[in-house]
Amino acid sequence: MTSPNLRIAYRFLTAKKRAMVMSLACTILGVGLFIVTQATTSGFERFFTKTILGINGAIRIEDKIQDTMRSMAAAGGGDSHFARRDGVKYIEGIEEPQALMAAVREFPNVRGVSAVVRGNVQLQSAFKLEDAQVFGIRLEDHVRVSDLAEQVTNGSLEDFRNSPTGALVGRVLADRLQLAVGDSLVISARGASRRVQVAAIYETGYREVDKTNVYLHQPEARSLLKRPSGATFLQISLHDPARAPQDAARLEQVLRHSVKPWQEREKTWLAVFRALRISTMITVSVFTLIASLAMFNTLAMIVLEKTKDIAILRSMGYERRDVTRIFLWQAGLVLAVGAVAGALLGAAVTWLVAQVPLPINGIFKTDRFIVTWDPAHYAGAVLTAVVMVMVASLIPARRAARLEPGDIVRGTAQ
Amino acid sequence: MTSSAPASAAGPAWALRCRGLHRHLGEGEGRVHVLKGVSFEAERGQVYAIVGPSGCGKSTLLYLLGLLDRPDEGEIEINGRRMSNHDDAARTAARGEHIGFVFQFHFLMLEFTALENVMMPMRKLGRLAPAAMRERAHALLDSVGLGAKTHRLGTQLSGGEQQRVAIARALANQPAILLADEPTGNLDVRNSNLVFDLLTRLAKDNGQAVVLVTHNPEIAQRCDVTRPMRDGLFV
Ligand SMILES: Nc1ncnc2c1ncn2[C@@H]1O[C@H](COP(=O)(O)OP(=O)(O)OP(=O)(O)O)[C@@H](O)[C@H]1O
Ligand SMILES: [Mg+2]
Repeated sequence: MTSPNLRIAYRFLTAKKRAMVMSLACTILGVGLFIVTQATTSGFERFFTKTILGINGAIRIEDKIQDTMRSMAAAGGGDSHFARRDGVKYIEGIEEPQALMAAVREFPNVRGVSAVVRGNVQLQSAFKLEDAQVFGIRLEDHVRVSDLAEQVTNGSLEDFRNSPTGALVGRVLADRLQLAVGDSLVISARGASRRVQVAAIYETGYREVDKTNVYLHQPEARSLLKRPSGATFLQISLHDPARAPQDAARLEQVLRHSVKPWQEREKTWLAVFRALRISTMITVSVFTLIASLAMFNTLAMIVLEKTKDIAILRSMGYERRDVTRIFLWQAGLVLAVGAVAGALLGAAVTWLVAQVPLPINGIFKTDRFIVTWDPAHYAGAVLTAVVMVMVASLIPARRAARLEPGDIVRGTAQ
Repeated sequence: MTSSAPASAAGPAWALRCRGLHRHLGEGEGRVHVLKGVSFEAERGQVYAIVGPSGCGKSTLLYLLGLLDRPDEGEIEINGRRMSNHDDAARTAARGEHIGFVFQFHFLMLEFTALENVMMPMRKLGRLAPAAMRERAHALLDSVGLGAKTHRLGTQLSGGEQQRVAIARALANQPAILLADEPTGNLDVRNSNLVFDLLTRLAKDNGQAVVLVTHNPEIAQRCDVTRPMRDGLFV
């Protein structure tokens, strides 16, 4: 059996169809657009995250922490570089990558770890000279901490694997040097230079990477950079990248090295995305605000028109809180229909938007709008609408409940 | 609630009693002393007529007795319980359980059918199962001669028909006290006799106290007690 209050609410509401449709339409728009904007902004954010995780992994370990005078002396001074950041002293680079990698692999969330030797170089093609950075990797390790396998656009990773003097060159750099797969080029650093072949060309979509990073096999990079042992940094991938900050803190404590999670490394871009998401949320909430004002208006009108009905109800034993509920139910009915229709609208528009061609290149590469499908967006949209519309409805509902039946029947209720 | 037991057997014989009721209406300059110390008693099983010229305060008194309004001074007892000082919740509950009220104007909730209007107080009280409510509402509408129009909306009924539905609705919860402000005002002779006979029969059979305001001398004459009122006082 439906409650009598709900029945009455339904009849009151449907007696004022035009006003009701207005509040309903705004609720649907508010809920729908909220969902669409969240789906698109977080779609781009997630795609960006996927891109940068595919390049740099979830965590990077570099630079040993220099904690006491004694251990500093033990390091022997020599060619070690000291740096001071945030009151902590660091020794640049990783001295014993094998031991550190073994320790890192003990962490349950760690999926893969790769030691990288990095150095600044110059590339000389038949055509031009460009500055670049060389990354000496062990391919088996590095494909576990990056999306290198999917990033190759020309040539193949197999060709790189099979050629000890092969190089993986970024798309932008390759274009600048007018290099194609199979071409050879000269890499020079610290006076030494070596000839290598372009085994494959990759593209991450992150322009800074595509125009500077060149991947070589580690032995080749070591002899080029005159760095027979050690590593510049360890790159780590995680099963659950969201937990990177906690894992990083734990790793730093245990390994006594500087450990940076991706969230810290990319905090500028992440802040940009968050600001974008919040600003679109606020913009779109205007529709929900209009919906709540429309609901306020509708209910205030119904209260005025139905004062006599309120007096009749009160004379029959309906309590003040029944009257409140009758009016809140009306808002509830609009919200229920609005939430369902709004969610459907949101889903439909999200789907349509995902079909829109939109080439983007720079911090990631895509040729169409990116959307995410997240139930939290739907819950957030509905919750916003419920809170705003209900708050606006409370005022007329309470006004209706305060009316004195005696005043109404004498016609003195304003 | 009421039963068919003799009124003297259980509780006070008075279903309704008020003493020294004063009521002012209006604000400031326009403030009028409408009721000037009215006392009144209604016994179970009796039909009372309140008569008097227009504007003498009959409706004002009926609103007070129906707990729809509060007196400035004086006391009201319903079934032996003093109600004038109670809070809104207790007065509302008493209205739903013990009092049936027929307004002088504006009778029905127009978006609802005759049947729904009659079921409305039963739904709030919640004593009967839905099927029983429906059955009782049909029977009540039958007894006011509207058995064939139970599914008409309020807007599709004439003034007199609306008035009769309102009377059926006032009887829905078998109230101990029925207060009706000109219940036969819009009715032809045949229907006004039908309604009046129904009210007297209920008073006699169920021991309900019926208080009605009327301008019709014939009706007033047929009541058990007639109380003429003038200028805010019974004379
Ligand atoms: N809001 C008000 N302010 C001031 N005076 C009022 C107000 N409402 C009613 N009155 C006055 O109170 C008096 C009693 O009104 P009431 O409605 O009780 O009369 P009544 O006896 O029912 O008349 P009728 O037979 O016409 O229905 C009238 O003189 C009326 O002018
Ligand atoms: Mg009157």
